[in-house]
Amino acid sequence: MSDADRDAATAPTVTDRISEEVREGDAGLIALVMFGVYALFTIFVILGPSQGIGGIVAALQAITFWTALYAMLVLALNLHWGYTGLFNIGVAGFMAVGVYTFAALTAPTGGSPPGLGLPLWAGIVGGMAVAALAGALVALPALRLRADYLAIVTVAFSEIVRLSLLSTSLEEFTLFDGLAVVPDLTLGSGAGRGISMPINPTIPVKSLYYTNPMNPASGSRTVVGNTVLPAFASIGVRETVVVSMTYTLVLIGFVVLFYVLLRRIGNSPFGRVLKAIREDELVANSLGKDTRMFKVKVFMIGCALMGLGGILWETQRGFTDPTSTTFRPLQTFYIFIALIIGGAGSNTGSVIGGALFASLLFQGPLYVSRIFSKYIPTGDAPSTFAAALGPLGSLDVTPFLAYTLQNISSLRFVLVGVVLIVLMHRRPTGLLGHRKEVASSIDLLDREPRQKPETPTAADGGGRDD
Amino acid sequence: MTEDGTTVEGSGETATADRSDEAETEQAVDSGESARRELDAESASLVVEDLRKSFGGIDAVDGVSFSVERGSLTGLIGPNGAGKSTTFNLITGVHEPDAGRVAFEGETLTGMRTSSIANSGLVRTFQIARELEEMTVLENLMLSPRGQSGETLTNAVLPGLRGSVRDEERELRETVWETLELFEIDHLAEERAGNLSGGQRKLLELARALMLDPTMMLLDEPFAGVNPTLEEKLLDRIHELREEGLTFLLVEHDIDLIMEHCEHVIVMHQGQVLAEGPPAEIRSNDRVIDAYLGEDV
Amino acid sequence: MATSERLADWRLAVVERPKTTLFGGLFVLLFLDLLFKLVGVELTVGSASLLGGSLAVGRLVTLVWNGLVVGLGIGLAGIGLSMTYSILSFANFAHGDYVTSGAFAGWAAAWLVAGFGSGAFEGNALYLATVGFGPDGPSSAVLSINVFQTPLAVFAGLVVAVLGTIVLSLVLDRIIFEPMRDQSGIAVLIASIGVALALRYLVVFVFGARNRGLTAGGAKLILASVDGKLAFADKRSTVIQAQSGDVPSGAFYTELPVVDFGSYSAELVTISSAEMTLVVVSVVLMYALHVTLQRTKLGKAMRAMADNEDLARVTGIPTERVVRATWIIGGGLAGASGYLIALERGTLAFNLGWLLLLLIFAAVILGGIGSIYGAIAGGVLIGLTNSVSLVWIPSSFSTAAAFAIMILVLVVRPDGLFGGVTTA
Repeated sequence: MSDADRDAATAPTVTDRISEEVREGDAGLIALVMFGVYALFTIFVILGPSQGIGGIVAALQAITFWTALYAMLVLALNLHWGYTGLFNIGVAGFMAVGVYTFAALTAPTGGSPPGLGLPLWAGIVGGMAVAALAGALVALPALRLRADYLAIVTVAFSEIVRLSLLSTSLEEFTLFDGLAVVPDLTLGSGAGRGISMPINPTIPVKSLYYTNPMNPASGSRTVVGNTVLPAFASIGVRETVVVSMTYTLVLIGFVVLFYVLLRRIGNSPFGRVLKAIREDELVANSLGKDTRMFKVKVFMIGCALMGLGGILWETQRGFTDPTSTTFRPLQTFYIFIALIIGGAGSNTGSVIGGALFASLLFQGPLYVSRIFSKYIPTGDAPSTFAAALGPLGSLDVTPFLAYTLQNISSLRFVLVGVVLIVLMHRRPTGLLGHRKEVASSIDLLDREPRQKPETPTAADGGGRDD
Repeated sequence: MTEDGTTVEGSGETATADRSDEAETEQAVDSGESARRELDAESASLVVEDLRKSFGGIDAVDGVSFSVERGSLTGLIGPNGAGKSTTFNLITGVHEPDAGRVAFEGETLTGMRTSSIANSGLVRTFQIARELEEMTVLENLMLSPRGQSGETLTNAVLPGLRGSVRDEERELRETVWETLELFEIDHLAEERAGNLSGGQRKLLELARALMLDPTMMLLDEPFAGVNPTLEEKLLDRIHELREEGLTFLLVEHDIDLIMEHCEHVIVMHQGQVLAEGPPAEIRSNDRVIDAYLGEDV
Repeated sequence: MATSERLADWRLAVVERPKTTLFGGLFVLLFLDLLFKLVGVELTVGSASLLGGSLAVGRLVTLVWNGLVVGLGIGLAGIGLSMTYSILSFANFAHGDYVTSGAFAGWAAAWLVAGFGSGAFEGNALYLATVGFGPDGPSSAVLSINVFQTPLAVFAGLVVAVLGTIVLSLVLDRIIFEPMRDQSGIAVLIASIGVALALRYLVVFVFGARNRGLTAGGAKLILASVDGKLAFADKRSTVIQAQSGDVPSGAFYTELPVVDFGSYSAELVTISSAEMTLVVVSVVLMYALHVTLQRTKLGKAMRAMADNEDLARVTGIPTERVVRATWIIGGGLAGASGYLIALERGTLAFNLGWLLLLLIFAAVILGGIGSIYGAIAGGVLIGLTNSVSLVWIPSSFSTAAAFAIMILVLVVRPDGLFGGVTTA
C-alpha cells in the first residue's frame, strides 16, 4: 500500500477521529475527569465565602492552569520514568536551567542583571536546548548507573543548580572578558535579587487585548480587548482572570503537543526499545539495541520538555528568583507524585494524574479549609501548636481546629506524603499504569490477509493506526 | 586416567583443543597440530581462545579455549559452577574478559559492545528466561529485527517520515506472525510476556532471538522448566534451523539430551575445558566421569 | 542479580581507571597549591596566578577543625543510612527527616529539663515542649542551655533524641516498610519520599516553620601559637596579652610542651564546648557501635546480611530481628546526630535533616554503601571537602562542591572510594 493511498484513506477521518477520541478514546476520559473536578470546585466555591460567578470562573481557571502545567511536566517525566525507567528526580533543576537560560537570552541588555535582549522564540528554543544539554551532561556519565544512583545524581544536580543560582558570585559576570576577538558579554543570575523577564510567553497573549502588552495600564485595549473584556466583566469576571484564561488555553495547546509527541515516540519502534530498556536493559542489549544512545536521546528530549514546561510556568510572572518553589526539590516530588497517581507509562494517566494532583491535593485543601472557616466560627486562630493544644484539656476543640485550618498548607504536604505511601502500598501502578499501550506505529493484531494485500479492511486498519 | 588421546589423536573430524595440561603437552609434540588449527579457523564459526575471568579472586573462567564448527549443534556441559554461563557472558560482551580472545566468523568480538555482537549475528538466550514482562508477545518479537528505521527518533516522530516506518512495520508484522505460528504461540500474541508459563517463555525467547536473523545462537539451558512435549517441539525447531545452516552452541544440564542431539560436546569443569569430542568419546572419558562423580550423570 | 550488578559495577570501575588517575592528579595539584599557599609562595604567568598565594595557617586549621566537626555529625547520621541501604536494599530518603525528628524530640526534652531547672517551667510546659514555638515564653538566653551550665538538660536531650528516633523508625518500619519487603528498592524509595514529606511537615505543624535559637553561653578554648609555643587559653584577651609577653594572672592559660615554631605567633583555632561535645559523643557512639558489631552475635549476623541477604536467610539468621536491630542502631544514631548538629549550630529548623540528606548520601556513597567505617570516613571527607574547599571557591558554592564530589565518585567509583569493602 502506498503513502498516497493511505493518506487518502486517513484524510477525511481527521475530524471523525477527534470526535471518536472524545466519545470513546482517552480525550473523553480526560474530559470526564476535568468535568468532575470542575463540578467539585464549583461546589467548593459556592459553599465557601461568597464570590459570585466571577469567583467560580477564577477558581476553575486556576485549577485548569495548574492542571496544564503539571500535565506538561508529568508527561515529560513520563518519558523518562514511565517509558524508559530512568529515575530522574532532578526535574526542578532542569526547569531552572530552562528558565534561567530563557531569562538570560531575553532580558534587556541594559537590565540588572543584563541579558542578550533576544526575542521570545529565541529564548524558548535556547532554554530548551540548554536544558537538553544539561540533561546530556548529567546523562552521559550517570545513565550507566543503577536506578537509585541516577536518582541521587539527578537530585544532587538540581540542588547544585539551585545553590549556584543563589550564589552572589554569579549575580553578574562577564564572559570573554579581556579576549580581543569576542566582544565582552555581561550576564547574570541576579542571585537572591532574582531576574526579571519582561519578554515572556504571556506577552503575545496580552497583545490580544492590550495595545501595550508590556504594561497594559499605560496603553489602551485592542478591538478584541474591547469586546471580550467588558463581556466578561458584565458577569463578574475580572480582566486578569480573562488574560489568565487565555494563557491557560495556550498551555492546554502545549499539553496537546506534548501528548502527541509522546504518543508518537511511544508508539514507534523507538518507543519499543525504550520499553525494553525499562523492562530489562541486558535483554535489549542482547537483541542488538545500543541502549546507551537511546537513553541519552530520551533523557535529552525529556529535559528539553522540562525546560519548556519550566519556562511556561515560571516566566508568566515576569520575574523569577532561586527561592521560587518551582526550583525546589519538593517540586520534583510533586511532579513525581502526580505521575504515580496517574500511572507511570501512561500518557493519559499522566494528564489525569496532573489534574488530580493539582486540584485535589494542591488546591483542594485550601478550598476546603475556607469552607470550614466560613461555617465554623473559630475566632482568632492560635498562632502556635501549644496554644492550640492547651484548651484541649478542657475539651475545647475549637482552637485546635482553627490552628489546623490556619496551617492547612503544611498539612497539605503531609497529605501528599501519605497519599504517596498509600499508593505505593495499594496501587503502585497508579490509576492507568496497568493499561496496555502497545508500542508500535500500527495495529499489530490487524494482519493483512496474505493473498489480497490491498483490501479495504487493511486501509481502514491503517486509518486507525495513528 | 586415560587421557591418552581419546579426544585428540586421530579424531580429526572435529575441532579439538583440549587445554588440560596433560593433553597440551601431548599436542605440543604433535606436528600436525598447527595444520589442524588452521583448518579449524576455516570451518569454525566461533573461536574462543584462552578466555579468563575472575571475580573477587575466584577464577570463574580459567583459560577456556574451544571452537564451534559452522553449522554444528555443539553442546556445552559441566557441573554447577563450571563457568558455562560466565563463558556465555564473556562471549556476548556482558562481562569483559581479563584475558583471551573471542572471534566470530573471523571477526574479533572481544571489547565489542553486547549490542554490536548481537548485530553481528551471534545471538544468545538466557538461562532463566528474560522475557520483557510488561510487553506483549507481539511486542517482544517486533523489538528484535535489526536496522529498523523507526528506531531513529526523527523517523519515529516527524510526520513526513512516519509513513515509511509504518510500511516497514507492516512487513515486520507479517514475519512476526509467521514466526509465532512456527513456534505455535500465535494464540498468545496479545498476552503479556510476564503471564506466560515457563515453557512458553522459553519458546518466546527463542522466537525473539530468531527474529534477529542470527547465523549462530548461544542457548543457555533452553529446556529448563520445559515439559517433555514442548521440549520435543523445541528440539525439532532447533534441528530444522540447523538444517537451514544455523550454528548452535547449547548449554544444558541434561547430559543425556546433549549426548543424543549434539554431534560435538565440550565439557567444562572448574572454569576449564575438561574434554571435548563426539558424545561417544565423552561418555567413556574417565575424567568427565570423575568430574561428575557425586552428581547425577 | 545483586551479584551480577556488583560485578558489572566492578567492571566499570576497571574501565574507568584512567579517570581515577586523572582525578587523583587533580587532587595532588590542589594539595600542592595548598602547600604553596601556606608557605606564601605564588607561581604566576603574567597576571594569572597558577599556583599558590597566601593562606594563614590559623585559617586552614580552623577550616579543618570545622570540617571534622561537621563531618563527624554527617558520618554519625550516615551509619544508619548505609546500614538500611545495604540490609534493606533501598535508599531511604526519609533518613534526613529522622535526623530532624530526633533533633526536635531531643531539644524539646532539653528545654523542658532546663526550664525545670531555671524555674521557668510553670505555665510554659507546652511552650518548652515545642522548643519555643510562640511569641511568649522564656527565650533561649533565659534558659541558657550549654554543656557546662546545664549538663543534665543536654544529656537528657541526647537520650530522648536517641530513644525518640528509635521508636519513630521502628513504628514507621512496622507501618510502612515492613509490608513492602518484597517490593523493588525503587518502590520503597518512592514510599520513603512520602514518609519524608509527611514527617517534615508534621514537624512544621507542631513546632512551626521558623528557625529558632537553642543554646546560650558555653565555653570556648583557643589554641594559639605564642612565640612559637602552642598554648591553650579560654579568652582571646589572654592570648593577646600572652603574645605580648604578659600572661594575666588568674586567667586560664596552658602552654603545651611540644614543638617550637620559632617566633611564630598566631591564633590557630577556637573550639567551642558544643563542638567538643559533638566530637566526643560521636566518637564514643561510633566506638560503642564498633565493639557491638565485632563482639556480639547480632553484629556478626548484621554484617553477614549486609553482604548477602539471601545467604543470610538460607543459613537461618533471623532476618526480621536483624532488620529491627538495623533500625534501632540507624535510627538512634540519626537522632543523636540531629541533636548534636543542632547543639553545635545553636539553631534548629524543620529542614535541618533534608538539607543534610544529600551530604549524608554523599558520605555513604563515598564510603561505599553498606560499610559502617566507610560511612564515617565518607562523612569526615565530605565535611572536610565542604569546609576546606572554601580556600578555593566562594562559600556559596561549598555545598555544591560536596555534591559535585559525590557525583564524581558515583561516576568514577560507584562502589565508593574504598571499593566494594562491605559492612564493618
